[in-house]
Parts: sequence; C-alpha cells; structure tokens
Amino acid sequence: MNGLRGLAWLLGLQSVGELLARGLSLPFPGPVIGMLLMVIALRYAPVRVPVAACASFLLSHLSLLFVPVGVGVMTHLGLLSQFGVRMLVAIVVSTWVGLAVTALVLHRLRSAPDA
Amino acid sequence: MPKFVELWVYLSATPLFGLTATVVVYVLAQALYAKLGQAPWANPVLWTVIAIAGGLLATGVSYPTYFAGAQFIHFLLGPAVVALAWPLWERRVELSQRWRGLLLAALAGGTASAVSALALGWALGLPSDVVMSLAPKSVTAPVAMGIADKIGGIPALAAVFAVVTGMVGALSGKYLFQMLKIPVNAAGWMARGFALGTAAHGIGAARALQVNADAGAYAGLALGLQVVLASLLMPLIFRLF
Repeated sequence: MNGLRGLAWLLGLQSVGELLARGLSLPFPGPVIGMLLMVIALRYAPVRVPVAACASFLLSHLSLLFVPVGVGVMTHLGLLSQFGVRMLVAIVVSTWVGLAVTALVLHRLRSAPDA
Repeated sequence: MPKFVELWVYLSATPLFGLTATVVVYVLAQALYAKLGQAPWANPVLWTVIAIAGGLLATGVSYPTYFAGAQFIHFLLGPAVVALAWPLWERRVELSQRWRGLLLAALAGGTASAVSALALGWALGLPSDVVMSLAPKSVTAPVAMGIADKIGGIPALAAVFAVVTGMVGALSGKYLFQMLKIPVNAAGWMARGFALGTAAHGIGAARALQVNADAGAYAGLALGLQVVLASLLMPLIFRLF
C-alpha cells in the first residue's frame, strides 16, 4: 500500500510540475520541478514514508526505463551507417572527459585540507 | 506453419508484445549480468537494446509498434526523475556541508562533457542538428530530449545519444577511475559515484548503485543536479550564441 501511495505522490508532484512548467513557461521540464517540490515535501513523514518505498523500487530499476528509448536507435540506421563511427568517437571521448573532470575536481577538493 | 505466422502477426501488433519483450529480455539480461559477476561489458541495458532492436529488425516489426507497448515502461521515467528527490533528501546533511565542492564538480563535469562533445562533433564534421543533439547527452534521456528540442537538436537522437553515453560510462568508468588513481575508499566512492551520475546519468547511476551504496547515492545526487543545471543553463547559453 505504501508503494502505491508513494506512486500517487510522485505522479501528483510530477503533474504539478508539468502544470507550473506550462503555465509559467519555465525552462525546466515538468518532472524536474516535481523533483524540486518533492525535496521540500519529503520533510513531512506522511509523504516521506510512502515515497521512500516507491522511490527505492523505481530507482533500483532505473536502467530498465532507458530500454524503450535505446531501442529507438534502430530508427536512425541511416544516420548511423553514415556517421556512426564519428558519433561514437564524440560520445565516448566526451563521456571520458566528463567522468575524469568530475572525479578529479572532487578528488582534489577532498585531498586538499578542509577550508 | 501459416497458423504460427498469423499468431505472430497478431501478437507482435498488440501493445502487450512491446511491454513483454522489454521486461522479459531485461530480466534475462539482468540474470546473465549477475551470473557474470556484474562485469561492466555484460551491462543489461546494452544487451537488452541490442537483442530487442536486432529482433525487431529481423522480424520486420516497426519501432512504433514496439513502442506502443514499451511506452508504459518509458512513461515511468517521469516519476523516476521526481523520485530522485529521495537520494537528495537522504544526503541532505552532507549536501549542506559540501554543496560548494559538489556544485563546482557538477558544473565543471557537465560543462566539460557538453563542450567536448560539441567540439568533437563539430571537428568530425557532423551535421549541425546532430552536433546540437550531442550537447545534452550527459543528462538523463527524457530531459535531454526536452533540451535538444529547445536548442535545435533532434529529440529522438538526443535520447539515443544519452542512452549510449550512459552505457559508455557504465562500461568504462571502472577502468578510467583506476587509471586516474581514484582510491577505493569513502572519498573515492563519492568521487566515482558523483562522476558517473554527472557524466553518465541514470545508467551510470544504476551501475554505481550496484557496485557501492555510497557511490550510488552520490550518483543519484549528481544526476539530479545535472538535470537542474543543464535544463536551466543550456537553453540560456544557446540563446546567447
């Protein structure tokens, strides 16, 4: 029951987020506004307990949710055969750059004496 | 035999088919991944996507037909983004103590990913709408689609780039961190997890979560931060140029 109640909160705040995004033409996607609202709402136990149950379940299977979009790669076979290698090089190298920069910045900050 | 073909034609056209294929193939890929000791190359998203896309192409089922069922899984990405509030809230004490460093790392890492992707795409001579679709690739797929739409990219392509980026991070992160001599201790797990969430969003975070609970929490935090920063800053920056 908690899981279902948690889902109701998640969907509810996502809907509020969508409404705010459309209504005020904000640059954020609706779910992002929902997430920010949820951070505030989690201070209250009646929200927190059910949301914790549902969120942990949803996030532990997060990678499954990317499968439908990932399969969409098959609709871009034309682009892929023409630019596939170049697109892959750009993606792989820039991902490594992003990973390395983030990890090194944090690692340096932690190794430095606390300011 | 014609009976079987008729049945296949019927089943493959119902939404039940896309939904079942997605869940069943993923569960099998997940089991295989566990059996192989969670080796990075056995990544369940990678193999599920290859198996389903290959299967659809081989049997001639179109992507929209598949998506009619798979959309029920796809839809959960929205609530999942809202659910990211949970890892943020769980780490609120650390977050309030370290927010400067984490924000700096998120900005630096996010900028480095986007700028290097744009520069490489441009240098390699990719068409400009493809290059623009590369910019939001470190942001989780549903948000990347929205950003690509705003800055002149192709939303569907941006989503695929985001998924491939996530898989590259999940597959190679471990080796990259070893090369960079990021230690395997509390601070090291924080840096590894946060980097995976920043540069490889949900798929990187899923990998981090499987390897270490702290790394997973920081990955969730980083992914949430990246969503907020990128959806706020990217359309603004591209409007200026």
